[in-house]
Amino acid sequence: MAAAVDTGGESRGPRGKKKGRKKKGSPWIDMTPMVDVAFLLLTFFVLTTTLSTPTTMPVVVPPKMTEKEKEEHQEKIQASKVLHLIVDEDDKIYWYQASEEELKEGNIELNQTDFSKNGLRKVLLQVRKKVEEKWGPNQMVVLIKVTDKAKYKNFVDVLDEMNVVEQRKYMLVEPEPEEIEMVEEYKAKLRGES
Amino acid sequence: MPKIKAARKSTRIDMTPMVDVAFLLITFFMLTIKFRPQEAIQVELPFSIAETPLPERNMAIIKIGKQGQVFFGIDSKFDRIEMLRKMANRYQIEFTEEQEERFALLPEVGVAMSQLPQYLDIDPLERDEVNKTLRGIPVDSAHNELRDWIVAARLTNPKLRFAIKADKDTPYPVVKRVIETLREKKINRFYLITNLEGVEK
Repeated sequence: MAAAVDTGGESRGPRGKKKGRKKKGSPWIDMTPMVDVAFLLLTFFVLTTTLSTPTTMPVVVPPKMTEKEKEEHQEKIQASKVLHLIVDEDDKIYWYQASEEELKEGNIELNQTDFSKNGLRKVLLQVRKKVEEKWGPNQMVVLIKVTDKAKYKNFVDVLDEMNVVEQRKYMLVEPEPEEIEMVEEYKAKLRGES
Repeated sequence: MPKIKAARKSTRIDMTPMVDVAFLLITFFMLTIKFRPQEAIQVELPFSIAETPLPERNMAIIKIGKQGQVFFGIDSKFDRIEMLRKMANRYQIEFTEEQEERFALLPEVGVAMSQLPQYLDIDPLERDEVNKTLRGIPVDSAHNELRDWIVAARLTNPKLRFAIKADKDTPYPVVKRVIETLREKKINRFYLITNLEGVEK
């Protein structure tokens, strides 16, 4: 009848001998199964909570303006302060930096790079150094142009890279048709070589 | 000299404090855990070094799948019905009470308004099959329902903040359309949901 707890040390010979005496139960309960269950649950909760912690990247885009407002707010910047990044398919970035004269003559040297550590980051730091020597600190402006062939990942990667090198002045703009043409030409040339 | 016998000790350990701690921790985790509702599609997030955690309240999440399907959802269950009523009003669609209740449990919408009543009639347990074929909310410039969802959501909760949760292989033009839609509605500040990655220096 009494809640029998098997403590292992109770077997005192045949059953008959204990007759009449009240069985003295040990206050010890075997807690091992309970601990097993407790830790099983604990593991479950620990694993499920830590796995779902997304982080976010705040993005601010310029407000949409009418043509008139645009003209009012437009500010001219020197062409040589600007680094143009064109993000295209296959995780490739094409970049150029040209002075006003070079832009006018259409004499632009396009370069290709990628998202690796020695790719975009190096380009950003190098160009920034060049711009800072000429114009002083924090003068470089990066124009990010993502083509329609790029993936969302590339877009995030570029913004991320801006955060890594602490480049504050950057803008998302539409690529110009001439620029897309330039990139296509560049790709065709590369294909021809290989 | 007599041999010193090592005292025989019991092999039993008092496990009570351990159990106490274990249950304390279980209680803690059970109370803090937030179960994720069944999502229509899974997205693989891109990595970034951004460390800001996602705000928990007043969030509207625009989810974009691999094929560019756009989903829209807000976190508050109470606001969802209100938002749906505003949309129903705009699109002249009647929803039954049951459909509204089902909508409140839906973490995200991924169908055009015209198909929404039909979608809500499907048993939630059998939605998995249908979810695979969803084309998402239309976002073309001619027929942009996402814009209306955004308006309805903001009217319901003006404190709403917007986040984009897109798959890393989503084609950029779709993301661009969504950002343009947000800009049209003067939402110039939003979040991109990413996974944390260590930065190599």
